[in-house]
Amino acid sequence: MKPPPLDILSPSSLIEALALLSEHGDAARPLAGGQSLVPLLNFRLSRPEILIDLNRISDLAFIKDGGDHIAIGAMTRERTIEENELVRDQAPLLQEATTQIAHLPIRSRGTIGGSLANADPAAEYPAVALALEIELVTQSVRGERRIKAAAFFEDVLTTALEPDELLTEIIVPKAPPGSSSAFVEIARRHGDFALAGVAAQITFANNAPADVCLAVCGAGSTASRLTTAEEIILQDGVGVEAVKAASAAAAASVDPMSDLHASADYRRRLVGVMTTRALEKVVQRAAVTS
Amino acid sequence: MTASRTISVSINGEVLTGDAAPRMLLADFLRDVLGKTGTHVGCEHGVCGACTIIVDGVAARSCLMFAVQAEGADIKTVEGLADGDDLHPLQKLFSEHRALQCGYCTPGMLMTAIDLVESNSSLTTEDIKVGMSAALCRCTGYEGIIKAVTAYAEQVHGKPVRQESDNG
Repeated sequence: MKPPPLDILSPSSLIEALALLSEHGDAARPLAGGQSLVPLLNFRLSRPEILIDLNRISDLAFIKDGGDHIAIGAMTRERTIEENELVRDQAPLLQEATTQIAHLPIRSRGTIGGSLANADPAAEYPAVALALEIELVTQSVRGERRIKAAAFFEDVLTTALEPDELLTEIIVPKAPPGSSSAFVEIARRHGDFALAGVAAQITFANNAPADVCLAVCGAGSTASRLTTAEEIILQDGVGVEAVKAASAAAAASVDPMSDLHASADYRRRLVGVMTTRALEKVVQRAAVTS
Repeated sequence: MTASRTISVSINGEVLTGDAAPRMLLADFLRDVLGKTGTHVGCEHGVCGACTIIVDGVAARSCLMFAVQAEGADIKTVEGLADGDDLHPLQKLFSEHRALQCGYCTPGMLMTAIDLVESNSSLTTEDIKVGMSAALCRCTGYEGIIKAVTAYAEQVHGKPVRQESDNG
């Protein structure tokens, strides 16, 4: 239960970090908050020769108002995001999801960039990224790329990031006027990875859904959009029957895995239940705020 | 390349120095190099919370940080709570409410609770239950722990802890 022998390099600038990553290639792994990577090292499930510690790069930790979006540095701590007023006001789905990540002492260290780049299928942030159509900015010595969330998550713990690339910035579109959101998840104990979770944001115009974004985590090899359920809500509204139909469609659309925490069938059922709860919460909040 | 480095950290206000190989976890550095054995090591993968300490003002798992990452950090551990024989208010409340039995989880419980209470002036009973679920106790049950932390929150913020949750 101790990490394998390794070296830790601690660059103080992004340029330095990118050069190190380019130089060491596959032998190196970037170390963000370490709340997923260090357990993997302690279990010897990951054996990099070199860790490039990003924690001393202060330029990667920020939350900026970008007009129609919020720009968040990849090394921004989850705890900082959870407590940030701009995020609370303009990206409430991101804020609510953050409060459900693990426990407070984990969120003290865990970062948004680390969680997204780790791409755990049960993690909250990938589902939020898909629902909000977040853009991910990456950098390498070869230059900058902007990747849409829909093209970022490829498989279990696998993203579109190249070995020499770092995720540096997360572009979060602000919630549109008239929108309402909810993030719900279910876990066996508070703080455990979710067995299933749903991120929902609906924009209402004239009391009817004009834009519907639903994404699920914990129910497949990556988080995914619940497109069939979205279409049902968009066409039929948010009445009891439509919510029921959308939840059934959500459950039918996922392909979850069985593991020792839950069978695939049980997870599929939970996706339906979480979809219902998320939609009910969105509707409730829309009524309160409109 | 993986040779030991000399690391200086402030522990409970005192700057201490020791050597650590890059792979050494902060929890092991505190215990085995600096002799601060008050911080306990449980699961070593961030789940149990026994090794929770305060790093630069926030609670963190010392089994999920490397010692080299703590260079220059301001760390508070359970050893810094009591003033000689005079227990910290939260330690007194743990004793009064019988919030410990074997005591193995207690250092992590105390550091978790201090951060939870001192960083939030409007905690509810539900917040305290959720917050303290960050640390595992496998012998007393949580009743006494929740009572002690609730009493501490009331003491620190000078007002009763509300029953209802405000994050519905």
